[in-house]
Amino acid sequence: MDTPLSIVIVEKDQDRARMIVEGLRAVGAQDIAVFSDDAGLARRIAERSPDLVLIDIASPSRDVIEELTLASSPMERPVAMFVDRSDGALTQAAIEAGVSAYVVDGMRPERIKPILDAAIARFRMVQKMRAELIATRRALEERKVIDRAKGLLMAARGIDEDAAYALLRKTAMAQGRKIVEVAQALVTAAELLK
Amino acid sequence: MSAVLRLGYLPLVDAAPFFVAEALGFADQEGLSLALHPAPSWSALRDMLAMGLVDAAQMLAPVPVAQAMGLGGTRARFDALQLLNANGDVIGVSRALAAKMRDAGYGFDFTDAAGAGRALIAAAGSRLRIGVPFPFSMHMELVHYWLEHLGVALPEDLEIRTVPPPMMAEALAENEIDAFCVGEPWGSATVEAGVGDLLLPGTAIWAFAPEKVLAVRSGWADENPELTGKLMRMIWRAGRWLGEPGNRNLVSDILAAPGRLPISAEVIDRALSGRLILNAAGEVRTTDHLITFHRGAASFPWKSQAAWIATRLAARHGQDPAEAARAAAASFRTDLYRLHLGAAGADLPERDSKIEGAQAAEGPVSAARGKVILLADPFFDRRIFDPTEVLR
Repeated sequence: MDTPLSIVIVEKDQDRARMIVEGLRAVGAQDIAVFSDDAGLARRIAERSPDLVLIDIASPSRDVIEELTLASSPMERPVAMFVDRSDGALTQAAIEAGVSAYVVDGMRPERIKPILDAAIARFRMVQKMRAELIATRRALEERKVIDRAKGLLMAARGIDEDAAYALLRKTAMAQGRKIVEVAQALVTAAELLK
Repeated sequence: MSAVLRLGYLPLVDAAPFFVAEALGFADQEGLSLALHPAPSWSALRDMLAMGLVDAAQMLAPVPVAQAMGLGGTRARFDALQLLNANGDVIGVSRALAAKMRDAGYGFDFTDAAGAGRALIAAAGSRLRIGVPFPFSMHMELVHYWLEHLGVALPEDLEIRTVPPPMMAEALAENEIDAFCVGEPWGSATVEAGVGDLLLPGTAIWAFAPEKVLAVRSGWADENPELTGKLMRMIWRAGRWLGEPGNRNLVSDILAAPGRLPISAEVIDRALSGRLILNAAGEVRTTDHLITFHRGAASFPWKSQAAWIATRLAARHGQDPAEAARAAAASFRTDLYRLHLGAAGADLPERDSKIEGAQAAEGPVSAARGKVILLADPFFDRRIFDPTEVLR
């Protein structure tokens, strides 16, 4: 019987980390530590000496993990990027899901694969939620800007809300721009003229 | 219909040739349309290039060398088509260490690397931790070279740690590191944050160091000769424009435009002008060639530069220096530079290698085309590196 894999997840958002941990536990992983991607990361990973490190591709701390791939690294067992040593489909899936995996030398791929499959699935979910959150936030901000621009037009030209919106839309179409861009320009100009 | 070329970069001042090529029509001139892809880290950018998500990328000059030597997390091989720039790094220390150095009588002259190094080591005591952005970087090489050649005993506990540039100020503030070497504007950012003092420009250690290269996957340039020519001419013309002193203010504005660098034009201009604010007291020092895009044949990918990096890496990682130097030199594609840029008007040196550190002052070397004037390139300890010792 193999000893349980020791896994480190580098993720500073606690909710996201929890989702990933749950996904890995579901396929039998037990020994999981979550580190935030702040200063001192390489030291803390080296102290724990994990078999597998999972990190968001977009994290600037990936370069810290790179230090662990060297023979002179603070970790006794050099690590390698997993996707580089495996099949193309898995590599593609990992990149699309936004996860980078580093494994220590000598680890058998068949021990890692189920964990990585689960990680990819979870990172994909996390990524989708993040994209939705960003889209929602942007939509909210855009609506705020458009509302302010409508208000400015209503006050300056004595028109009602529908007419103000129609004017914004007409201007945007004529200039080949988005409504929110025209609204933002108006809001900025109004602030300058205050 | 113009070809779309995907270029990867990190948001740093030395990504300037990409932005200038796009903004000022150097891409159009070659019938190229650019898709610029920012990357969050050097390892991510390296992987994007290795896996074909971008066609070419800004890359730390030691990365193609390390890949050629089989070091690092992936097995991809890269070609360096040309240098994007020489120099661009600064070295700084924590405010606590700076105060200790000042108390010991050190004057922060921002010039003398030997004096600065001795003062640093004396103040640090038995432990010194230095942050650099990436294990394979000119930052790493400069710090190693500097400390190894000071002629004083190094702290027992000397550690060079990887710290991503935007986190350098935080690492200083949290006492994870005592000093750093990083590309501008991130050194100035530690001064702005009130946690660091600048100690030296990178040029004080090596006056003309290959900093970033234009890299492609090995084989790509040979499979796409026409596109390679277009790419190289575009970048070379952008670099030439960047090298014109009169264009400096426009450069800062182009780089600070929305969607490019998340840095103010004022701070970008410090790197371009070499006029740096050293500390919270507002002391200013001016330094030459803090970042060089074009002068002194800066874009030529000298095989001796690759060989220098390779022998340094080989010594630290227990590899054969001659073998490492040969593999590295092969990845610096002087042949493509001559082929594609000679016709475009670039000055071409007669040889592919030079003795690194031997150019005491600005001056000419024999040219195969045009007139090649090199800038001074001494190391701080006046040693030289003769590549014929490792390259046959």
